[in-house]
Amino acid sequence: MGTHNYNFNEQFEFTGKAKTLSIAAIVIGIASIAYGFSDHGLHERTFANLLLMAYYFACVCMSGAFFLAVQFVAQAGWSASILRVPQAMARTLPIAVVILIAVIGLGLYTHNLYHHWNAPGLTDPSSANYDKLIDGKSAFLNVPFFLGRQVVFLSIYSFFALLLSKLSTNEDLEGGLNSYTKSFKYSCIFLVIYGFTTPIFAFDTVMSLEAHWFSTMFGWYNFAAMWVSSLATIAVIIILLRKAGYMQWVNNSHLHNLGQFIFGFSIFWTYVWFAQFMLIYYANMPEETVYFYKRFEFYKFWFFLNLVMNFLAPVLLLMDRDNKRQENIMLGVCIIVLCGHWVDYYQMIMPGTVESHNGFGIIEIGTAIGFVGLFTFTVLSSLSKKPLIAKNHPFLQESLNHHL
Amino acid sequence: MSNIKYILGSFGDPDEMMHGIEKLQENNIKIHDVYTPMPIHGIEAKLGIKRSRLDILAFFCGITGTVSAFALIYLTSVVDWRHNIGGKPAFALPDFIPIMFEVTILFCAFGLVGSYYASTHLFPGRAPRVMDLRATDDRFIIAVDAQENGDHSKIDGLLKEAGAIEVKHNERKYISYE
Repeated sequence: MGTHNYNFNEQFEFTGKAKTLSIAAIVIGIASIAYGFSDHGLHERTFANLLLMAYYFACVCMSGAFFLAVQFVAQAGWSASILRVPQAMARTLPIAVVILIAVIGLGLYTHNLYHHWNAPGLTDPSSANYDKLIDGKSAFLNVPFFLGRQVVFLSIYSFFALLLSKLSTNEDLEGGLNSYTKSFKYSCIFLVIYGFTTPIFAFDTVMSLEAHWFSTMFGWYNFAAMWVSSLATIAVIIILLRKAGYMQWVNNSHLHNLGQFIFGFSIFWTYVWFAQFMLIYYANMPEETVYFYKRFEFYKFWFFLNLVMNFLAPVLLLMDRDNKRQENIMLGVCIIVLCGHWVDYYQMIMPGTVESHNGFGIIEIGTAIGFVGLFTFTVLSSLSKKPLIAKNHPFLQESLNHHL
Repeated sequence: MSNIKYILGSFGDPDEMMHGIEKLQENNIKIHDVYTPMPIHGIEAKLGIKRSRLDILAFFCGITGTVSAFALIYLTSVVDWRHNIGGKPAFALPDFIPIMFEVTILFCAFGLVGSYYASTHLFPGRAPRVMDLRATDDRFIIAVDAQENGDHSKIDGLLKEAGAIEVKHNERKYISYE
């Protein structure tokens, strides 16, 4: 066992370029959303983009909490020294939740974002708009129950996210194994709840945009997307912190582990994506193929770009062991994967909301930049509130000596 | 020239064995191999063992599988005997993918199991090659080639000094399998 001279009280200072750039990005975001709302014809497209980014933001943060829980339940040692990064993401979750619920609520009441199941007369047999399929689903897809589910699920995730973070703070102050055993227990409970509710959360938020269509794989497909994008975010934050001179205890074996995670879950994402596509393609039933028909007719470029960015790029670039251990290659792949999942969400959300009137311009890029800025600002300011290492974590020595 | 082929230093503790490796290396005595009952961290770097090429073999086994599966399906269902299955074109690539995927894994697994048997001489009917049976139980063995390194008493001394419980001089490379 080597000796280490790391400063366990090292704290991130959120100043200078990072702060200026993230505030500038937020301003760009607000300006492009304002531009989107200034033209009446662009309202729906702006709302679809807001939903996309708010969903992405919330998913990345809640998967940060999921990362914490997985590490505790697996009793993983390697990650003990990097846990403060996902903790900062988990502490940001309540902000993301408020934004997501606001976007969904406003979209539902002012712009009919979920117009496939929430429009006048859809469930009224005497109306001209009556839709038998939607009426059959109305016990599940109705506004109070829908919003109730969103609020309950997201509150539970936020509760556990804050709890796991709080227990880690207590561990810093008190030491001992008490916090660790509690974290283990609450992580087990959280994982069970999370596993059963995230598919429903994805069905509600994204799949119900096209309420006539359904796929039972959709929940896991979204879970894979949010989990791999969260892992890529964690890796990006750690690499950038290291480049700025923080977290020098993170060595390339930690990067290797994160790289394996991103590699593995990119393949898992492809597996679920293909399983969903393949069965629909093979059975060839009109009520199911309509989903891919729209994407293939109006979104062909995005459809294939999605596979290139989320499957081919990580698989080819991260297959080699040495690539996983190099900061710059990892950073590049993580950014490709993060942009790739934007494309993934884009072709999940757009065909159900703006149909063929989609675009890629100021609104899309500006909203994305704005949310990236917001994410950076909130996560970095919550990261700066605690030391960058959980100094009393029972597996800390294992993590510091981690070597693959 | 003595007919001693290998000198085996048998250690009860992995740290003492690592120390023994260092001692031998300091005296420029080439180590033939080290046998341990469990994986020991950092031993590859210490012994200067080259990186395994298993991953490259796995890749080529896998690619062979992908190509074989594609060739099989293509020749049977596109070239030789076209079927109308659900109105799909004969060359329907998405249908091929699951089979190509599975055969890739199958060939990769077979290739790796085969290479494992080949490299460990564990083919059925063959006696396994073991230098010291207790290396599979509770002892950590350093094997030194006695023909290459002349001064046997010096090697014995170094191994003993490092904490070897027992030093054996073997006239055969491998013990027979009892």
